[in-house]
Amino acid sequence: MNEQLYKVSANPHVRDKVTTHSIMLDVMIALLPATLFGFYNFGLSAVITTVICIATCVIAEYAWQHFMGKPVTIKDMSAALTGLLLALNLPADVPFWIPILGGLFAIIVVKQVFGGLGQNFMNPALGARCFLLLSFTGRMTTFTYDAVTTATPLATLKTGGAVDVMKMFIGTIPGTIGETSAIALIIGGVYLVAKKIISLRIPVAYIVTFAVFILLFGGHGLDIPFLAAHLCGGGLLLGAIYMATDYVTSPITPKGQIVFGIILGILTGVFRIFGASAEGVSYAIIISNLLVPLIEKVTLPTAFGMEKKGGKK
Amino acid sequence: MALFTFKGGIHPYDGKDLAKDQPIKEYLPKGDCIYPVSQHIGAPAKPIVKKGDRVLVGQKIAEAGGFVSANIFSSISGTVKKIEPHLTPAGAMVNSIIVENDGLFESVEFSAKPYNEMSREEIIGAIKEAGIIGLGGAGFPTHVKLSPKDADAIDYIIINAAECEPYITADYRCMLEVPEKMISGLNIILDLFPKAKGIIGVEDNKPDAIKKLEGLTASESRIQVAPLKTKYPQGAERSLIFATTGRSINSAMLPADAGCIVDNVATAMAIHDAVKEGKPLYERVVTVSGDAVNNPGNFLVKSGTNVAELVDAAGGFKTQPEKIISGGPMMGMAMSSLDVPAQKAFSSLLTFVKDPVSAVSPSACIRCGRCVNACPEFLMPTKLAELADHHEIDRFEELNGAECVQCGSCSYVCPAKRPLAQSMAAGRRQVLANRRNRK
Repeated sequence: MNEQLYKVSANPHVRDKVTTHSIMLDVMIALLPATLFGFYNFGLSAVITTVICIATCVIAEYAWQHFMGKPVTIKDMSAALTGLLLALNLPADVPFWIPILGGLFAIIVVKQVFGGLGQNFMNPALGARCFLLLSFTGRMTTFTYDAVTTATPLATLKTGGAVDVMKMFIGTIPGTIGETSAIALIIGGVYLVAKKIISLRIPVAYIVTFAVFILLFGGHGLDIPFLAAHLCGGGLLLGAIYMATDYVTSPITPKGQIVFGIILGILTGVFRIFGASAEGVSYAIIISNLLVPLIEKVTLPTAFGMEKKGGKK
Repeated sequence: MALFTFKGGIHPYDGKDLAKDQPIKEYLPKGDCIYPVSQHIGAPAKPIVKKGDRVLVGQKIAEAGGFVSANIFSSISGTVKKIEPHLTPAGAMVNSIIVENDGLFESVEFSAKPYNEMSREEIIGAIKEAGIIGLGGAGFPTHVKLSPKDADAIDYIIINAAECEPYITADYRCMLEVPEKMISGLNIILDLFPKAKGIIGVEDNKPDAIKKLEGLTASESRIQVAPLKTKYPQGAERSLIFATTGRSINSAMLPADAGCIVDNVATAMAIHDAVKEGKPLYERVVTVSGDAVNNPGNFLVKSGTNVAELVDAAGGFKTQPEKIISGGPMMGMAMSSLDVPAQKAFSSLLTFVKDPVSAVSPSACIRCGRCVNACPEFLMPTKLAELADHHEIDRFEELNGAECVQCGSCSYVCPAKRPLAQSMAAGRRQVLANRRNRK
């Protein structure tokens, strides 16, 4: 009869269209409004910083994998996404060596040394940002806006000054390249949720916990403009929607994601209200990243049908 | 009406349009028929014919080799050519009775005792005699399923008419064309369990079947038609029981432990044939579909028919396929060759021009959690697959890896294209082997 042998493999014999590449691409598409707004808001320097960041990350990943004799995975776009996220977390007019150093740190030290994609224990972009913040505090916290060095709204708020919440919502304020426009970040967030790239668990748990923290400990009581400024300001939305939801460094268990969001909200509140710096999102996220294995351990889902037997052993 | 469903699951492309409007056509085999002695879970059947014997349609050719076993019947008339190992759809070489087809289809006379004179034991006896096994794919002997320790503890008889596997439309066509048979089969089972209620679970992508069944069962107070949300694996036994009754069972339990008995549409029809007509199980409806055949359709196929003939029944190959599957694309088995028999539980032959699995290669897990969300057993497939790959079987068992039902949802959704279900299957087999050794 028919002599041809057909291909065999274990079930299932069909696969979803979603790939690692398509997910990374979707996150970059979601970041497009915030990125383009950053270019509009800060001009050419923002474009240059962003290009340097992405190029450094991709080249660093290629070089490391090439010289280590590992399969080169730059096509999965994860390095490019790390570069973009790092850029969005930098002031636009930093000297050129800052994004290069940051990109190298993110890819080599935080990601590849620990085993590459999926093995890094903290968000590479934020790890690099915190490294830069601690090493070059002056360069990283000087924000020039309309050719004048100005304080960010959160810093103004910290010293008791008044801020324009509407401007913070639109984004025409000083800050890092990608964090200023709340509306642009929210548009991207809606895209991610609609495409089912992220679930709402982490961002909602994070933002709600943070809002409650500000109401309780912010020292302003039920001051809506103060609360709104805290929600729109700093890296909260960028962090909550795009960085805290990083798959690799957030819990995989549904309950764990909510616990993770709550911890993030509390830590961010503590850093912003009681800390010396006006901003606290980056530190909150990288510290919470370290807690992920522990969170997962205590939030293991109970297998179906095992409830009666006392669930997990 | 509210839809019944379970948590987790996926929505693969269903491909049912290819064959769903094709009425059932009877296909009579031209060549030899092959009857493996082990088409069911349990002991292999023992051949009771020898080389050179003439057999008729419906004649018993192998006898159950124990309580958990099933009789096997010839589906054609002809001469026993040989008894030797032959490849099965599952890829194993199984001792098989090969009958040379004389093309006459001479049948034995079927007779059944009037139903209202039959006792409970006689009904189960008739089902056992007819060689009926679970036709959804598992192949568990039906008479064993219908003999639980305590018949009064059975509250629900659930007919699995979800047909959640993509492409397959065999049960759907049966429900449209001969629904009375299935309902009659269900009524026979209900007579065995006087306290039980009958539920027919149908996915809501078959609204015409739901409507038809609702009309036909309107006057049957013990039967309810439950429209199920269209989601894979809605027809997995545990998911279906949960969706229709809210009860949950784990791998250490049988459906009967939760007061349920679940039978597939084709099984219920076979029960009707056996009890009301005295006709043993030697034919069933099979879907032949996929993008490689010219005329996808649904065929009433004699068991033992060579699968290569089914390709001809569907108009031959339009394009040479890369992959052919026995059963659905999610849980079915890829076959290396067409030279296998369509045995009792063979529900469909799918042919695909491109094999999407060999087209991708696995990359690193990005911990996206899609597998965790898709798992109908609430497991962590990525973690379990890693443990299984590293042979950390004790930890695999602790994390309930043995609860995996092999639905394949995790592998389907994985963006890194990791063969999670395959690794978990390996781990699960190891756990079950360890448990047996411990005993």
